[in-house]
Amino acid sequence: MASKVIHAFYDDDDVLMHAVKKVKTAKHHIEEIYCPFPVHGLDKAMGLAPTRLAITSFLYGCVGLAIAIAMMNYIMIEDWPQDIGGKPSFSFVENMPAFIPIMFELTVFFAAHLMVITFYLRSKLWPFKEAENPDVRTTDDHFLMEIEIHNNEKELMDLLLDTGAVEINITEK
Amino acid sequence: MYTFSNRLKIASFILMAVGVLGIGIGFMTAPSTVEDAKAMVASHNDGHGDAHVVAQAHDPSHDVHLLHQLQNKPWAALYVAALFFMMIALGALAFYAIQRAAQAGWSPLLFRVMEGITAYLVPGGIIVFIILVLSVAHLNHLFVWMDPEVVANDALIQAKSGYLNGPFFLIRAAIFLAGWILYREYSRKLSLAQDEANDDKNFKLNFRISAGFLVFYLITESMMSWDWIMSVDPHWFSTLFGWYIFAGMFVTGITVIALVTVYLKSKGYLKDVNDSHIHDLAKFMFGISIFWAYLWFSQFMLIWYANIPEEVTYFVTRISDYRLPFLGMVAINFLFPLLLLMNSDFKRVNWFVVMTGIVILVGHYMNVYVAIMPATVGDQWSIGIPEISSVLFFTGLFIFVVFRSLTKAPLQPKRNPFIEESKHFHY
Repeated sequence: MASKVIHAFYDDDDVLMHAVKKVKTAKHHIEEIYCPFPVHGLDKAMGLAPTRLAITSFLYGCVGLAIAIAMMNYIMIEDWPQDIGGKPSFSFVENMPAFIPIMFELTVFFAAHLMVITFYLRSKLWPFKEAENPDVRTTDDHFLMEIEIHNNEKELMDLLLDTGAVEINITEK
Repeated sequence: MYTFSNRLKIASFILMAVGVLGIGIGFMTAPSTVEDAKAMVASHNDGHGDAHVVAQAHDPSHDVHLLHQLQNKPWAALYVAALFFMMIALGALAFYAIQRAAQAGWSPLLFRVMEGITAYLVPGGIIVFIILVLSVAHLNHLFVWMDPEVVANDALIQAKSGYLNGPFFLIRAAIFLAGWILYREYSRKLSLAQDEANDDKNFKLNFRISAGFLVFYLITESMMSWDWIMSVDPHWFSTLFGWYIFAGMFVTGITVIALVTVYLKSKGYLKDVNDSHIHDLAKFMFGISIFWAYLWFSQFMLIWYANIPEEVTYFVTRISDYRLPFLGMVAINFLFPLLLLMNSDFKRVNWFVVMTGIVILVGHYMNVYVAIMPATVGDQWSIGIPEISSVLFFTGLFIFVVFRSLTKAPLQPKRNPFIEESKHFHY
């Protein structure tokens, strides 16, 4: 299915922010915005839902903590409770201070790494991925707003020109 | 300008009056002879059945020990509360100096609140000093190394008497307090002068003395923790003790800044303070609580792991006689803020911050309590009239001094170079 999209270029993040607000008030759906750097407040202006990455990280941390506890309880207390230097290996609680450094590190390890992997999966990033860049200038000094066209080419053109776009292209997608 | 509401003022007077009454009762009911002390413990035991019957057949020196412990109770209760509230003001002062030295852009709106809280350092510090003078004058047995009879029979304390002796102890205490109070008063003066000035001379000078104060503070705070807290156990020592005490006072100071800010904001003062300021304070409460727990655990775990008899007795007495307060306060001071303040949205909810703040304050009172009590009253501890009354008295005094000081100057600095940034601070 071939659909046409309009690509509006901006060369300033302030202009871009104003343009986003204008396009939003005109009730057009913004497909995507490509920026060379994070623009503070852009997600709010576009009305994107807040990320839930931090929540996943908390849950991964809980998993790491549980694994650390289960692992050391099994190895040090249940499987072979040796007397190592007089440490009380009768129960997990009695020997817990010695396990806390590992419990802490595994919690951080799981929380950090699994969250990063989640981020890669959700944003579809991997080493041999083909770049989805519509125009090379968007990684350097240009901002690009992509809007799908539904037989309203002229109206959209006028609106985007009005917002201070420096260049407007229409391409097949 | 802030006006001290009459209701709050009356409440603070009531707290002080009830506190004085309770402290008086505490001192009156303390035993004066060995027989009284034995009778008290015996009658106490009746209520519990025969749990403590063990303490009967032994040599009389133990009874004298018991008498000293019971006589110490009202003193120790007073000392713990005095120290706790003095350290709140001192922690807030350290936070204030850091904000100035770091040229923080978010906090200048809260400078007057911090200055109000640090006003308590003057009366609070003097009260602690008076208690120390009374201890050196042998009116109590809080510090065992001050007793010449004990020192005569104790080679360990004798070896430390070059540092631990009455006059040097008081001179050190006077220097610490003089330095802190001097900085507090001078910085406050410069802060007020900056409002009326035409240039930033006062602000720059304040920046420099704050940086200088932080150096002085880190050294004196560490020594203060050895002198006023660690020396109740003169046989025991720990190298990171100063940091550990610092983390406790720092988090309580920040918590009280947050509580007072939320209170003033709810009363319609501090119009420019927004959720982001509260969020930042809550982040500090969260982070420093974890920092405190890290230091607590580092100290505990190193001693537990190596289990050297001369060091480990400190924790043996705490775990055997103070199990609930000792382990309970770790849970309160670590798990509670960790779980409640982790969520970014919760940190912006005022009642959430207030609730967590109160829990943190209770937890850190217990922290000071568990630091002082085992060496002064031993297994005779309880949280009864002397302890609660002392807390009430100092709460009243703290509220009165802090809020009276807040009425002395406008709550918003006028000419601070960062005030505009602070007003529009948004996270």
